[in-house]
Amino acid sequence: MPELLDIAKRIAEQARGEEQIEAYVSWNRDTEIRAFEGEVESLSSAESAGIGIRVIQGNRQGFAYVGDLDERHARETLEEARDNARFASVDEHAGLAEPDGVSVQELELWNDELAGFANADKIALALELERKVRAGDERIRQVVSADYGDSSGESAIASSKGIAVSSRETTCFISADAVAGSGDDTQTGSGYSVGRGAGDIDVNKAARDAIDRATRLLGAKKPASGRIAVVFDPRITATLLSILAGTLSGEEVARGRSLFAGRIGEEVATSAFTLVDDPTDIRAFGASAVDSEGLACRRNVLIEGGRLSKYLYDSYSSRVAGTFSTGSAVRGGFKSIPGVGARALALAPGELDQNGIIAAIGDGLLIQGISGVHSGVNRVSGDFSVGAEGIMFRQGRLAEPVREITIASTIQKILQNVLFIGNDVEWLPSNASGVSLAIGEIAMSGA
Amino acid sequence: MTWSESEFSNVSGLEDVLVGKSEIERAIHQALLHGGEFAEVFVEDRRTTGISLDDRRVEELATGRDRGAGIRVVVGDTTGFAHTADISGAGLVAAAMAAASIAKSGGGGVREIQLVQQHYPSRGTVEIYPESIAKATKVALLESADDAARSVNGAIRQVSAGYGDSRRRFVVANSDGVYASDDQVRTRLFVMCVAAGDGGMQTGYESIAYTVGYELFDRISAQETATKAANRAIAKLVARPAPSGVLPVVLKSGTGGILFHEACGHGLESDHIVKDASVYANRIGETVASPSVTLVDDGTVADKWGTSTIDDEGYLSQRNVLIENGVLTDYMWDLLRSRKEGRASSGNGRRQSYQHLPMVRMTNTYLMPGSDDPDEIVAQTQNGVYVAQLGGGQVNTATGDFVFGMTEAYLIENGKITEPIRDANLIGNGPEVLQRIDAVGSDFDMSPGTCGKDGQSVPVGCGQPTLRISGVTVGGTAGA
Repeated sequence: MPELLDIAKRIAEQARGEEQIEAYVSWNRDTEIRAFEGEVESLSSAESAGIGIRVIQGNRQGFAYVGDLDERHARETLEEARDNARFASVDEHAGLAEPDGVSVQELELWNDELAGFANADKIALALELERKVRAGDERIRQVVSADYGDSSGESAIASSKGIAVSSRETTCFISADAVAGSGDDTQTGSGYSVGRGAGDIDVNKAARDAIDRATRLLGAKKPASGRIAVVFDPRITATLLSILAGTLSGEEVARGRSLFAGRIGEEVATSAFTLVDDPTDIRAFGASAVDSEGLACRRNVLIEGGRLSKYLYDSYSSRVAGTFSTGSAVRGGFKSIPGVGARALALAPGELDQNGIIAAIGDGLLIQGISGVHSGVNRVSGDFSVGAEGIMFRQGRLAEPVREITIASTIQKILQNVLFIGNDVEWLPSNASGVSLAIGEIAMSGA
Repeated sequence: MTWSESEFSNVSGLEDVLVGKSEIERAIHQALLHGGEFAEVFVEDRRTTGISLDDRRVEELATGRDRGAGIRVVVGDTTGFAHTADISGAGLVAAAMAAASIAKSGGGGVREIQLVQQHYPSRGTVEIYPESIAKATKVALLESADDAARSVNGAIRQVSAGYGDSRRRFVVANSDGVYASDDQVRTRLFVMCVAAGDGGMQTGYESIAYTVGYELFDRISAQETATKAANRAIAKLVARPAPSGVLPVVLKSGTGGILFHEACGHGLESDHIVKDASVYANRIGETVASPSVTLVDDGTVADKWGTSTIDDEGYLSQRNVLIENGVLTDYMWDLLRSRKEGRASSGNGRRQSYQHLPMVRMTNTYLMPGSDDPDEIVAQTQNGVYVAQLGGGQVNTATGDFVFGMTEAYLIENGKITEPIRDANLIGNGPEVLQRIDAVGSDFDMSPGTCGKDGQSVPVGCGQPTLRISGVTVGGTAGA
């Protein structure tokens, strides 16, 4: 394989006069295996690579990409990006990231052993997972999928501004989707385990999780509507934090598309609520030494003690706001330009575990699954209405499971009604970690 | 459906652009030689243009090109898959051997294959290829949308608009002798508006998306699309909190098709069926819906977002009746699942790109119109919710449970549509909702969407007449 950084530099060097050029070059090798009924249903193995080129000419930005590393294609793509720049609006803030002197930390995100991990061993993991889910509980009726996947990826960014960085990482996961049944009742649940290499994978945990999540809601009924205290399971909290981070993007704020626009310094949450995005924490799945414009990733405190303290910025949005990039540029691969995003959100943990929180609240609903998040949460108005399922609790003890309900509130009210934050931090395959989170009152729609 | 018999997919043209027949044959041959029982080569070339306008500014004009081949080899119940960006003869053979060795090591027999070129009448009726339109013209289109949205009302504070076109050409061939190609052109526009009022900010969204060329904008103007989005945001400024609880819900024609796509369609995809992971498994011939329900998946509807001449496995797109007068008649099939069942593919094998394995997917899924007067359906609803636009949603195919966001909805009070309500979710169970459809209108409309499944996104269409569901849970914050 050619050196990605060399390819990126050769493209960036083509800049003429005042022109700015940035090349993002990436390469990935992925394996995906699906087991079904003791056999390998499918096995995919592939390498993919591509180049995304940004050009800034006279305060106009153009972008083009190509899905290979061919030099001739790279030259054509550069010309295409130059042509595209002619049609963009003149924007005084257009431009690439300026090196900011923040030093890049060494993060070990690459596991050498993954390259030597044989397909036969990968298959064995997927088959073992399927077997354990099937055998783990007599109510498991089907294991729809039991997957093993891994990915080794490298990327490089070079620009005419003097950026020249490369990074690489490996990831490895197993996951299972189980269907449990009892009489006419059917429920589903998924379990997974992730890491940087096969040694991090815990098949028993993934199997147990899939079984528990599929079986614990069997017999669930639709409860009567009402207002109720809720406790979000760590996985659900992670989803909520991802949504929240979307509203704290400097890009969305600048465009008037965030309910938190213009509220820096205000009390937006209860005083126990401290939210940090720290991609340099290698426990985080989204950990990264550099952002997608080549600046060093760094720890950013977004909400401190309930007070809104910072928005996330890439270089463009920071120029619009008259501030500095927080090293928070993210991109969906070589096919897209950078935008703003969080990578490793975490809430400062509290004192109690989930049982302790439930005991302290007394009566409420433990929420274990939500759905319709992308349609049910409006980042501008803050309106929040999602499908949910979980287990009621009374006098501090878990009671009957419930399903087919919605919970509704606003993001603003949820943050002002935080009762407890748990100490049960879970690092998840997401841009957020999870922790149990209790909210004082929420509208529950049921029967 | 109508199309001109004289228009054919231009296979020879694609050979020049993509890869020759002999190279494809050699790759399939090598795959079989190395143990494959079935082998398929899919070669794709995709060019895209995307332009986004935000806050009166052309923020991005991006173009891209992806070209490569995906090779699938089946041995027993195991599928091996490899893809490559190298579509030379040598690249194809290397990928074919990789896929075969993945599927099974060694032991296969030699089998002669003969590719027979399929000439299908093209469903593509492209009048103006988007690549023939100057980039400046596309930019001006977005600017006209922005102007139109802002001129609706001073309350409109932000407008973002996006334009996209794609031309996707592919050749697919397999060891059963299938050899076909397609040239798919899709064009779309969306407009999102933010309006500000005393009660905070609200959003309005509208999109148009068709399997046609740039002539789309001669049929539906960008201004009209923008005006709809703006009016939607403005209407919601005075919206009250949505009610909470089980209520009758009337879905305006063309807005609720996604509900049937999610809540029923996914459960009728044969991959879920053969794994017994669908509420509809083993229920052919049973009554699964109210007698007024006829559900169809149809990849042949002219110009719609989910339409194509052939599917991504080289089989002709079809009109498949899934539920007829409430009775479950069939599922949707791709090649592998249908081979196993000894039946024909229903033309539902689709994939996001050459880097993805095909699987069972919907095309355009819709509920057939009935005989009720749409206005009467509202008039005969005492109290409920009228949904004029649904946003996204999701379903659990094993249980049928779904959620959907309402992005434009109104209260129905005493048989009349009254005040707008704020965004909220609907939640329910697909099989139950099918039984609870108690009025089906004589009108009909469709809307475009992007369907995600197992990490792959494909364009789909959804449609339905105005109809009423006697009771569904509305997830608002106000007492019902």
